[in-house]
Amino acid sequence: MLGPDDIRRLCRLARLDISATEIADASAKLSSIVAMVDQLQAVDTTGVAPMAHPLDRPQRLRADVVTDVDRHELYQRNAAQVERDLYLVPKVIE
Amino acid sequence: MHTRTLAQLSADLRARRMSATELTTHFLRRIEKHDATLNAFITVTREQALAAAAAADKRLANGNATPLTGLPIAHKDIFCTAGVKTSCASKMLDNFVAPYDATIVERLQNAGVVMLGKTNMDEFAMGSSNETSFYGPVKNPWDHALVPGGSSGGSAAAVAARIAPAATGTDTGGSIRQPAALTGITGIKPTYGRVSRYGMIAFASSLDQAGVLTQTAEDAALLLEAMAGFDERDSTSLDDAVPNYSKLVNEPWEKIKIGVPESFFDKGLDADNAMVLRAALKELEKLGATLKPIELPHIHLSVPAYYVVAPAEASSNLSRFDGVRFGYRSAEKADDLLAFYMRNRGEGFGAEVKRRILTGAYVLSAGYFDAYYLQAQRVRKLVSDDFTRAFREVDFVAGPTTPAPAFGLGQKTGDPIQMYLNDIYTIGANLAGLPAMSLPCGLVRGLPVGMQLVAPPLHEAQLLKTGHYFQRATDWHQRVPANYA
Repeated sequence: MLGPDDIRRLCRLARLDISATEIADASAKLSSIVAMVDQLQAVDTTGVAPMAHPLDRPQRLRADVVTDVDRHELYQRNAAQVERDLYLVPKVIE
Repeated sequence: MHTRTLAQLSADLRARRMSATELTTHFLRRIEKHDATLNAFITVTREQALAAAAAADKRLANGNATPLTGLPIAHKDIFCTAGVKTSCASKMLDNFVAPYDATIVERLQNAGVVMLGKTNMDEFAMGSSNETSFYGPVKNPWDHALVPGGSSGGSAAAVAARIAPAATGTDTGGSIRQPAALTGITGIKPTYGRVSRYGMIAFASSLDQAGVLTQTAEDAALLLEAMAGFDERDSTSLDDAVPNYSKLVNEPWEKIKIGVPESFFDKGLDADNAMVLRAALKELEKLGATLKPIELPHIHLSVPAYYVVAPAEASSNLSRFDGVRFGYRSAEKADDLLAFYMRNRGEGFGAEVKRRILTGAYVLSAGYFDAYYLQAQRVRKLVSDDFTRAFREVDFVAGPTTPAPAFGLGQKTGDPIQMYLNDIYTIGANLAGLPAMSLPCGLVRGLPVGMQLVAPPLHEAQLLKTGHYFQRATDWHQRVPANYA
């Protein structure tokens, strides 16, 4: 069972604001999700290697050369606040 | 014109029975007429479509056209399209204009395909009913009170209602096959790595794969052939040569052996749906296939394994959305950077996306990682090994695509587990990275349902060919919902 404090802790870890009304709903629904995935605990997986990926082959490497071109003007068009080519965020150092 | 398949329209264009401009105009009109009801599109790219159609007409006249030149399709709004809003159906990206094209968008465009617009979907592809979209739910063209399935619900509804001849989609746990089944169309998820993920907004990187939703398997072959293949911009892209799918589907059918897991027919499957599926399997048998009962002993664990692995990957992938470089930024002022991130994300994401991020944060957090995340990866291996073992004896594994036909809007939104169980038959192929296809195989209480075929890695051509042979012998794929015929 995940209580309101657990939800608040997870929200902080995940950088998510959550309203007081959302907490109760998240607590109930996350608890039912965790109860469902808890079925996994009963499975005997001794000696089974974890499968991180379906690709059963080594990943390819590319040459260590710069291929990106400077497109910052285009990319920064999607930003909320830009000044002198820099992204602006709230002041964090007094 | 709108009930014709891509293959037929391609022939029509080449025989000058119509121009690409006429074809595109026809579908834009149908979208205008029907989409206020269906809500299948987030963005309609009318001007770009007409310009691309005019360019296609020039190519057709000059003789440098491909088989796809002039064919209009819709793209799921998860694929980046340069200069066009790419929202992933989220408030978070409501203001995002992609600065580049996804590889599949670029490849189809180079082949002369005309983009009609961007289709609605579950927010960040997280959902099985298209009800988590920031832009509102999509309606099922067969009955507007029902969901079309998800997450590629807009793509499915658009093709089913014949307001687009075909559409792209993505499939992380069934998001192409499940909506295809619930709307009576064909959908294929290729082998993991077969189609580039570059420019496709990530949900769960080890499961995500792009594919198509079409009227027929033959059409899927045509589109997939142009989309698939190595892409150096995707580090998980497979460099195996792409077979000539559209040619191969018409070659003689090798008699195949189909494995049928009897556990798929237990109480979880709607009884009428089971009957329809048995009849479809009989049809394949009549065509020359051999049916063999098989077992996938761990398949029932695919839903719990998926709901650890997918949210874990999602919580990591979605950490990029912070409101700094792009995306939603709260109008309220934050005092510090942490509050700023939390507010942007708290306001920008919908409830289901938040639930999955929190589930991911939980299973990855200290003290739970081994018990949940590593254990889920071990179970994933067991599920995958079951398929490997089955494919030593059979060519495909067949079963239902969904437990039942389409359900009502709002019917399952209150209970995430009920919603998640909709993907019980489709998730296994994602965990194992296998190609899988859903074919319309009958009607249950007047609503379409699908038959799913799963194949060994890189056996798309065999899947598509079997689909094509099945569709030559049946007419379920030609059924069009009453208001859209």
